[in-house]
Amino acid sequence: MKSYWWKILGLLLLLYSIIMGLLGPVPALPIVHETIRNVYFHVPMWFTMFTLYVISVVCSVKYLSSGNPKDDIIAVESVNVGIIFCAFGLISGMLWANFTWGDPWPNDPQLNGSAIATLMYLAYLVLRNALEEEQKRARISAIYNIFAFPIMIVLMYILPKTTDSLHPGAGGNSGFGEFDLDGMMKVVLYPASLGWILVGIWIMTLRFRIRKLEYQNDTAAS
Amino acid sequence: MNVLKEVRSLIRKDLILEWRSKYAINSILLYVVSTVFVCYQAFKSVDPTTWNALFWIILLFASVNAINKSFVQESHHRQLYYYTLASPKAVILSKIVYNMLVMLLLAAIAFLVYSIIFHNPLADPLLYLCAVVLGSMGFASVFTMVAGISAKAGNSSTLMAVLSFPIVIPLLLVLIKLSKNALDGLARSASYDELIVLLAINIVTIAISLLLFPYLWRD
Repeated sequence: MKSYWWKILGLLLLLYSIIMGLLGPVPALPIVHETIRNVYFHVPMWFTMFTLYVISVVCSVKYLSSGNPKDDIIAVESVNVGIIFCAFGLISGMLWANFTWGDPWPNDPQLNGSAIATLMYLAYLVLRNALEEEQKRARISAIYNIFAFPIMIVLMYILPKTTDSLHPGAGGNSGFGEFDLDGMMKVVLYPASLGWILVGIWIMTLRFRIRKLEYQNDTAAS
Repeated sequence: MNVLKEVRSLIRKDLILEWRSKYAINSILLYVVSTVFVCYQAFKSVDPTTWNALFWIILLFASVNAINKSFVQESHHRQLYYYTLASPKAVILSKIVYNMLVMLLLAAIAFLVYSIIFHNPLADPLLYLCAVVLGSMGFASVFTMVAGISAKAGNSSTLMAVLSFPIVIPLLLVLIKLSKNALDGLARSASYDELIVLLAINIVTIAISLLLFPYLWRD
């Protein structure tokens, strides 16, 4: 119970967010109507992706100073899981955009920025495949990961805010807080985000443990 | 002080090496001029937005090709020798400065040839030139570090493109916006944000390169 309470908490929060997200009260707004419930599923994907990328870059920094292969495995598995969450964020966003903006891929800086940031993390995985030697691969990909992280911040969080975007809170659009006057959406959105972050970290640790076992087998066999 | 001296002598070494063979600089200049000419033959006349985008795309590909070689033109053993003489920070800094000089020359010639062949009225030439200078310096600082990374990974040009294009896109977007402002002759005050963002990107990439390169060069 000591070590896995947060996994149970994550699952309970997800259960709560699915039930409350589909059945709970939402503000009646023009254009978006009931699709506003997608906030509970679309936004947490990006929070989770960001958390995993932060874990990845922290582990890359740790790897450069310690040289411990464990840090490298955590870094790459965080990116692997983060890319999956990014894909879900894009898919749920495209579904939503199709209903509210009339087009699954409108020319919006936030969409393009996140797509390019995904390309960058895919390039990180390609770079890892290009390198054979284990320690060299870990070190060089850690360097690329750290180099790419501030660019990801610029692409996803700074450029869309300074230019005109269809997303709330950018280019003169009102932010999320103005739709949600009495705070009834925050009660679902924040627990949902926390739940998805916990589940994302859980998936990452599972993949990390599998990779660690493989690594130990390889070193024991050779 | 010591690092500055090392940087200066390393840049001098790069310049002398290049001056002796003149191979890299001539081939890349020829590359730029022929690309401009191919584009001219294909398009004949274009509207200002395309003119601007085309110029930056030509410069982007030219700079990838120019900087790609910066860590592999000398033999592995000679590089080891440099590392025993100079600190890794001096090595990366000298490479960045040298690549900036190359890029400034390249951009100046590309811009000259491009604007002679493709006639297009510039409303604010000074601001456009400013964008070209800042842009070529930004390309140099981003691509030098990525060239260092891809040189360690076997240096295929595909890898260089895959690694550097997503990273350079924010820089490219800001540059295209700034130079479009200059092309349309908007008031200077409308472009201050872009200038500050460009300067910030340059400073941040150079700072990160300085921090990370000491981990990269070791084998």
